[in-house]
Amino acid sequence: MRRWPASYVLAAPVAVLAILPLLVLLDLGAGAETLWDPHWLEVLWQSLALAGLTVLGALILGVPLAVMTAYVRLPLRGLWLPLLAAPLAMPSYIGAFTFYAAFGPGGEIEALTGIPTPELRGLTGAAVVMSLYTFPFVLLTTRASLRGLDASVLDAARTLGLSLPQALWRAVLPRVRRGIAAGALLAALYTLSDFGTPAIMGVDTFTRVIFVEYNAFGLSQAAMLSLHLLVIVGLILFLESRFGTEQERPGRTLVLTPGAAAGSAMMAAALLVAALAVALPLALFGIWIARDGLAGFDPMTAVNSAWAAALAAVGAVVLALPVAFAALSGRAGRIMDRATYLGFGVPGIVMGTALVHLGLRIPYLYQTLFLLVLAYTLRFLPLAVGAVRSTAERLDNNLTHAARLLGASRREAFRRVSLPLTLRGVVAGGALVFLEAMRELPATLMLRPTGFDTLATELWRVYEAGYFGRAGVPGLLLVLISGVALVLMVSGERGLKTGLADNKG
Amino acid sequence: MLEVRDLSVAYGQTRVLDGLDFQLGEDEILMLVGPTGCGKTTVLRALAGLVRPNAGEIVLGDKRITPKRDVPPEKRRVGMVFQDFALFPHLSVIDNVAFRLSDRTGAYEWLERLGLSSLADAMPERLSGGQKQRVALARALAHEPQLMLLDEPLSNLDAALKDTLRWDIRIALKEAGVPAIWVTHDQEEALSVGDRLGVLNNGHMEQLDTPEQCFSQPTSRFAARFLGEAAFVRGRREGDLVLTPLGNAPALKAGGHGEPVDLLVRPDDLTVVPSKEGNGVVEWRRYEGESRLYAIRVCEGEALRVRTNHEQDLSVGCPVHLRISSEHPLAAFPAESAAG
Repeated sequence: MRRWPASYVLAAPVAVLAILPLLVLLDLGAGAETLWDPHWLEVLWQSLALAGLTVLGALILGVPLAVMTAYVRLPLRGLWLPLLAAPLAMPSYIGAFTFYAAFGPGGEIEALTGIPTPELRGLTGAAVVMSLYTFPFVLLTTRASLRGLDASVLDAARTLGLSLPQALWRAVLPRVRRGIAAGALLAALYTLSDFGTPAIMGVDTFTRVIFVEYNAFGLSQAAMLSLHLLVIVGLILFLESRFGTEQERPGRTLVLTPGAAAGSAMMAAALLVAALAVALPLALFGIWIARDGLAGFDPMTAVNSAWAAALAAVGAVVLALPVAFAALSGRAGRIMDRATYLGFGVPGIVMGTALVHLGLRIPYLYQTLFLLVLAYTLRFLPLAVGAVRSTAERLDNNLTHAARLLGASRREAFRRVSLPLTLRGVVAGGALVFLEAMRELPATLMLRPTGFDTLATELWRVYEAGYFGRAGVPGLLLVLISGVALVLMVSGERGLKTGLADNKG
Repeated sequence: MLEVRDLSVAYGQTRVLDGLDFQLGEDEILMLVGPTGCGKTTVLRALAGLVRPNAGEIVLGDKRITPKRDVPPEKRRVGMVFQDFALFPHLSVIDNVAFRLSDRTGAYEWLERLGLSSLADAMPERLSGGQKQRVALARALAHEPQLMLLDEPLSNLDAALKDTLRWDIRIALKEAGVPAIWVTHDQEEALSVGDRLGVLNNGHMEQLDTPEQCFSQPTSRFAARFLGEAAFVRGRREGDLVLTPLGNAPALKAGGHGEPVDLLVRPDDLTVVPSKEGNGVVEWRRYEGESRLYAIRVCEGEALRVRTNHEQDLSVGCPVHLRISSEHPLAAFPAESAAG
């Protein structure tokens, strides 16, 4: 019958490599003494409570802001979406770190202004921080659905006697519930996978306990916990795959022009959210730099971050190319494509656990930069695959057909037509991987060679030592990097959507 | 030049082409028409090598292609103009046209001939639909194909543009001296532009002949209905004539002496005059500018359409006399039990 497309031959090993961490964990888990420790029930409860509260918070913030950015005509039109999407680009541990330092008795806010603030730690603190950094998921998925709706349905609802809020509630939001649900699931997924925030806020979720076990040399315990976490993550991913997005016939998009008071109130609300999520960390890092100066900052941490991330970006793009094209060539290719998405569902801490074990089993691998880069590459491979595939997808088949009919061989058609047209995706994918890897915390903590400090681990060290002033420079750099990531993601609505679909996890 | 023998293509269990046979001369333009899903586009894709046939053979110049001996698209020297143009969006017009040419003279010549010289350095996204189509044509022709395939090349363009562009394409094809197969769903295009016309139905060739023959002497009721408006009038053969309730008419073949036949009548084969003792009434009318189209209900049976001079103004319900006025022989088919 048909011969295998060339891309399959290259994509199949990548797919195998991508599921390697899972195999390693299963191997490790098989050697564990207990499958389930009763103490873990509390861990499960804490994890689910944090995820649930975060989803709630993300919905409360995300849905109204989605309606605002989708429909309401406000001054400074181009500002609001990037501003509100900004928290998505920032790692939440930055937020957790600054909230931890800012609030409570003796916190930075009290030290600066004399106003006592309640302590924001534990489950509440973690939920607040996670909500602030995950609501953009809800905002973006909901907004995308809202933009696809035809305004005439709302007009019809209003001619039938509903007020504007009623009409939005009854004739608009029900049509985007799948978009909202998709955003909520992404928020839950991100929360379950996140290490930094619960670790800093002191919530015993799976990720934090895995790290504790790892430090106590309980690698098999860590592996077992990792597998449990993966089951939950898998469940959520499965749920998410059941939600398509709404497909309605596109039409005129609704435009609402608010009165002066209502408009100001909306802008104030949006600014408050952005201030808490973005401005507060920036302000604190700025204050710390002003107070403590640049002393104590080792520029090598930035160089290390960039170097490891650059290697990971190149690695991810090279691995992503065949997978993306295989995904478009047929069923088997789509399965390979799906396999590489495993990294998306594998939390950083779990990837770290798996590769530590691998490193200990294979000589010369443990404590090498290669292992760290491999972790980054596998973890963020979906970003690269997604970016390349989404540009490749838009390639019209007729273009390669046309090239071949003009006399170009398969190889030449790929080189001269398909490849240049996917270059945008390759660059975008590489850049996303680079920026994500620069900010990665848990896997870096577990896998970095001794003495190899990155910006993220530096921040962690500062937190553990309790000397916050030292966090100024690395923190500011991490926010800057996040800013670049954001610009990349919002350079075009389409880019934002693709970035979102595959981002984080 | 091109010879297709017993060509069959199936997608899975669905047979799309079923034993297709035809030939194409040196610089002949063959128009292919047929209803949606009849396999028109599949013929092109099979000839281009984009889909592999299950049976039959294609002889293209000095190459013989069979299901066992495939020739990849790039070795076939076949030019194709796609419905969506398929211009390479990252290459300028001239880079598109000269895609695989080391010597660009020919490419510039084709741009010049198609009136595109000033756009040589433009990017495709800046072009209008008509310009894109010309670039696509120039690109295919500049690579000196031995056969051109055009897949509904004008369907994405607006009506005003179609009319001039279809003649530009015909002239360009003739200048290049390349045989071409042109798929269309536009009747007017099908009848006017090509040298021969093929009517495809359900994967087989219903009729393949000159446009005149296909229109005036369709070999099947399907072909008759597909090209132009057609109605059938029951009659009885008497020698060269067929006697019908609407008068006698010269008719072609089909049916022996005295046997019932169905006569193909098109709106301009009929004449209608107002008459108190007529055989029908006007059911509806349409003004078409240069002409008028009437539907006349004749006592029993279907309403027949007749096209008249625009000056003849009959109101709905007006009693009329309808008769066959054709002087050329009409096509006749053996009567079907349920006439129609």
